[in-house]
Amino acid sequence: MLASVRERRHMRFEVRDLVVRYPGAIRPALDGISMTVPDGCFYAVLGPNGSGKSTLVRSMMGVIHPAAGTTSIDEREVSTWDRRELARAVGAVSQSETLSFPLTVREMVAMGRYPHLGPLSGESDADKEAVAAALAECDITEFASRDVSTLSGGERQRVRIARALAQQPRALVLDEPTNSLDIGHEMAILELLRRSADSGLTVVVVTHGLDLAARFADRLLLLSQGSVASEGTPAEVLTEPTLAGVYGWPVSVSTDPASGTPRVTPLRQGQV
Amino acid sequence: MSRFTLASLLAVALLASLVASVRFGSVELTTAEVLAALTSGDVQMHRDIVLQLRLPRALLGVLVGGGLALAGATFQALLRNPLAEPYILGISGGASVGAVTVLALGWAGLGSWSLPLAAFAGSLLAIVLVFRVATATGRAMDVRVLLLAGVVVAAFFSACVAFVLSISSARTVQTAVLWIMGSLALASWKSVLLAAVYTVPAALVLIGLARPLNLMAIGEETAHYLGANVEGVKRTALVIAALITAAGVAVAGVIGFVGLVVPHAIRLLVGSDHRVLLPLSFLGGAAFLTLADLIARLALDPIEIPIGVITAFVGVPIFLVLLRRSLEA
Repeated sequence: MLASVRERRHMRFEVRDLVVRYPGAIRPALDGISMTVPDGCFYAVLGPNGSGKSTLVRSMMGVIHPAAGTTSIDEREVSTWDRRELARAVGAVSQSETLSFPLTVREMVAMGRYPHLGPLSGESDADKEAVAAALAECDITEFASRDVSTLSGGERQRVRIARALAQQPRALVLDEPTNSLDIGHEMAILELLRRSADSGLTVVVVTHGLDLAARFADRLLLLSQGSVASEGTPAEVLTEPTLAGVYGWPVSVSTDPASGTPRVTPLRQGQV
Repeated sequence: MSRFTLASLLAVALLASLVASVRFGSVELTTAEVLAALTSGDVQMHRDIVLQLRLPRALLGVLVGGGLALAGATFQALLRNPLAEPYILGISGGASVGAVTVLALGWAGLGSWSLPLAAFAGSLLAIVLVFRVATATGRAMDVRVLLLAGVVVAAFFSACVAFVLSISSARTVQTAVLWIMGSLALASWKSVLLAAVYTVPAALVLIGLARPLNLMAIGEETAHYLGANVEGVKRTALVIAALITAAGVAVAGVIGFVGLVVPHAIRLLVGSDHRVLLPLSFLGGAAFLTLADLIARLALDPIEIPIGVITAFVGVPIFLVLLRRSLEA
């Protein structure tokens, strides 16, 4: 499946002077943000709680309508995309989902085929193959007939990513995909996303993990109170003064001996 | 259980309860006598019993039971709430106000249409009120607001019913209470027609929306990301399910439990894929209500038990057994 993705055109996200206001809020959630996610880039969006990370990715996907500014995908304003066409191009995973009804893993992943199906057509062999490939890619084939509600948090997250992969998109957008996962499951998901990026998908990930973002992502965006505090390679963004200012907490940045990427250590009070 | 097995079982159950409700009653007919009444009509009494009483009543059970179960399944998916049922938007309250007012005033300006049309108008009033509140901001419709508005509007209407009943005669109160409890006793070809005009096309549209409803049931943001037209599906399906419910209440009163229990039972047996769930809910609701009506008529003959009592007496044990089995599996 990933081989066929590689042949297709890449995907580029662009945000210009984006302003988003929530009703009743005093300051805008996003206050004039501009950013570009280049083709085939693994792009991490960082920032403190409430800095606008989720609002940014939801605006990029056209779920939130901006007060000003534009968000475009492949040079086309996101609101002009047909929803199904967009779902074939970009697989997005929201921060959380509540399961109200029983559903098997396979049924859940097969929902990723929705934008590819006609109103009356059944699942074709191609659909079944895409679902099987997504299950295999996320290493959940063995759970395929289990009820999603019986899975652990890490397994559930892999099901949701598999559903996005089953869309056979050219880009993935994920809001805190490794939230509340242990290091093993977190690494498995980030490796999976890195492989996807290496095979040609553009990957946008919202995360709180500064060190892991530095190790996996090509570029980082650091948000602070709805504005861009810094943007660039991990070494450019993860500096002591920038992080201390954005998070309001002193940090020390060293070089990770294993990976050679920046490593951020928050300091204890009184520590220099 | 496989989908095909359940579909076959439900179809057989529906057919059997249809035949039984046409055959049994204070006068028991053989299948041959029923067929003779339908085709030749040599025995006028049999013909009247079958064509004027039992057949419309059975068909009304099919339409109302199927419609309520289908509406319940739809509301559960859209509100992502397993406790949702067809009356959740205050539809039963609105219908009751309409019906009780007509009964209290003794108004019969539209003949035998008066009561069902007043009930239907009351339901529409409730629907409009609740939807106006839920969309007041002009932004996307928030189903949590819808739910809350439904609860509040229902509470208001039940106060209205209590008020009207408190100033009515004892006779009116008795008629009104029986109507509110739900019954197929007023079935006629007119009420079958009224129910069918809404239920049949609406059921087809809802079943056609099964795939987007699958996505809506896991969350609106996710449905959006998977390519569903979230606002369009939500509004269309809510309005249609509300109209089916309103049509059902108008002709049969407030029959509880079918819309809540049947979709859950089907879900426990074959899962939550709405392409299967919706048609089988209709089939199951139709069979269940037709059967419940038969029991309501026969159990204490000549006294007729309110059908809502039977749907609860039969539905609750079946549901609890299914629930237990699903937890053990």
